[in-house]
Amino acid sequence: MASVSIKKLGVSFGSLRVLRDLDLDVDQGEFVVLLGPSGCGKSTLLNAIAGLLDVDAGQVWIGGKNVTWEEPKDRGIGMVFQSYALYPRMTAEGNLTFGLRVARVPKDEIARRVERTSELLQIKPLLGRRPSQLSGGQRQRVAIGRALVRDVDVFLFDEPLSNLDAKLRTELRVELKKLHNQLGSTMIYVTHDQIEALTLADRIAVMHAGVIQQLATPKEIYRRPLNRFVAGFVGSPSMNFIEGKLVGSNGAPALQLGGGFEIGLTGYGFERMPGEGRPAALGVRPEQITLHPNGGGASTFAVNVSLIDPMGADSLLWGAVGTDTVSVRIGPDDEFSPGDTVTAHFLPEHASVFDAETGARL
Amino acid sequence: MTTGDATLTDAAAVTRWGVEPSGVKPRRFSPARLGIYGFLIISAAFFLIPLYVMVVTSLKTMPEIRLGHLFNLPQTWTFQPWIDAWLHACTGRDCFGLHPGFLNSLKITVPSVIVSIIIASINGYALSFWRYKGANIFFGLLVFGAFVPYQVVIYPLIIAAREAGLFSTLAAIIIVHTIFGMPILTLLFRNYYASVPVELFKAGRVDGAGFWQIFFRIMVPMSVPITTVAVILQVTGIWNDFLFGIVFAGRSNWPMTVQLNNIVNTTTGVREYNVNMAATILTAAVPLAVYFISGRWFVRGIAAGAVKG
Repeated sequence: MASVSIKKLGVSFGSLRVLRDLDLDVDQGEFVVLLGPSGCGKSTLLNAIAGLLDVDAGQVWIGGKNVTWEEPKDRGIGMVFQSYALYPRMTAEGNLTFGLRVARVPKDEIARRVERTSELLQIKPLLGRRPSQLSGGQRQRVAIGRALVRDVDVFLFDEPLSNLDAKLRTELRVELKKLHNQLGSTMIYVTHDQIEALTLADRIAVMHAGVIQQLATPKEIYRRPLNRFVAGFVGSPSMNFIEGKLVGSNGAPALQLGGGFEIGLTGYGFERMPGEGRPAALGVRPEQITLHPNGGGASTFAVNVSLIDPMGADSLLWGAVGTDTVSVRIGPDDEFSPGDTVTAHFLPEHASVFDAETGARL
Repeated sequence: MTTGDATLTDAAAVTRWGVEPSGVKPRRFSPARLGIYGFLIISAAFFLIPLYVMVVTSLKTMPEIRLGHLFNLPQTWTFQPWIDAWLHACTGRDCFGLHPGFLNSLKITVPSVIVSIIIASINGYALSFWRYKGANIFFGLLVFGAFVPYQVVIYPLIIAAREAGLFSTLAAIIIVHTIFGMPILTLLFRNYYASVPVELFKAGRVDGAGFWQIFFRIMVPMSVPITTVAVILQVTGIWNDFLFGIVFAGRSNWPMTVQLNNIVNTTTGVREYNVNMAATILTAAVPLAVYFISGRWFVRGIAAGAVKG
């Protein structure tokens, strides 16, 4: 088992600085997901850990050893790629054993490891086939096997499920999670799919513009996003933001909307109370809002219903609050019609408030 | 957005063209079709008539040729001109026919093709995957080289060959062919390897393979289509070469094309048109055979640019 530690890492492509002063500590046996939109640097970070690109600054430590300038093969890592990257002219078995043959591992040892790996991934019947004779899911299984057979402590996954169809993706996701429980290896997994991140990760590192915005458990990321980017990126449909000004810093905090409406925030745990009249955004998830046709209370606001999206298990109500659009998760049988004005209610302690300028959680 | 659109169009195309044909069934002989075939037949005839004349002339006796009936079939068929062209035709003083030239051309073509393709494939591989310092400048210069007229550099090359003590040797002509094949072949291989997913290369590195292991064990086995294309290009190009052969190879290594020229341009005695025709067809036979045999592979090689798996 090995931990992974990134210290003050900097990576540039030409004049473009992709990563700067990036720190990340992954405990041994931990499953960390790097989550972010395309171009946020998550794959670059993974490639830097793998040793597939040169870093400008900082260090990469794996298993308590500084491997910043080691070759990928000497880092004790296995890697799985989005496009599977199986060697097309070799059989599945040839793919599994290529690295071992390059390293001149004895034949009986190779046979033993192939046996064990193919058993684990149930790819035994596929061993004699070429990649072109395998389906997408089978290819990715073989690719995972190629990483496993190396007998390493750290596995790196670069969007391994993105090329699969939705059903297979769910299946393999579950299997990956089982595999992690079984092996107990350290895994670093890059994805832009928040469902994958939320289901697989022990901790998620949400990345944006080459910076880790927040590193925390899926629950924490979902419930207490550290800034507006994390809040908006994680969650589907995404968090509602209602812009306004913070008032009542002396006891009864509230968000003042244009037109004089106020949304009471009593109960919200401010980490620091900003000055009176500070522009801020209230973040409430669609499922945190309940609708009362004639409700009341402190934390309420009026919603002008504009659209209902039935989604099977539940429905999504879209409406306007001042100039902002909000979505509310409602029951599939709830009767609302466009044009209604309803009162929305939420618990401030479950909401988030962000500074409008810096985007930081208040 | 664009990829989504592309998939959509693809899917639409499949249902439209792939699964079930729709629309009006094309009539067998519509005027348009007639026009197309007419044009194709005329074009084919345009290119085939000279070949036809060559073949029939090569099978006629000299007295019959003197009658001047260019398009008539031979009255008495004879294969003697072919035998003469291969064994007895005179090139200046020697009268051994074309076969020494054929052997020379083999001696020149085979090593030149092999050496140039090996070097070019390594070049292309290094240029697309290893991106060493100055790789772009090197590649730019190489591509620039593809546009330099051969004649411009012949004289400097002659001096270089002389200084190296190689002038008029087999080695000189092989080196020259390798050099002149390099820009286009490197371009060919680089573009082919550029279409190989870079993740394959990364997987090889994670598996511990180095520069040569990735090249020989992963890339070379994938390179059959593009190598076929390169072989076809080089074999036909080098076999058909006249200029470099006459300049660099030296009298004893003159390729078939040079010998053919000497046979056809011999000024003494009667002009043996039938022998000349036979000799010309013999010389052109190798590139023609390459095209006929590998035509299928040639198309496949170009189409195989997209590597699956």
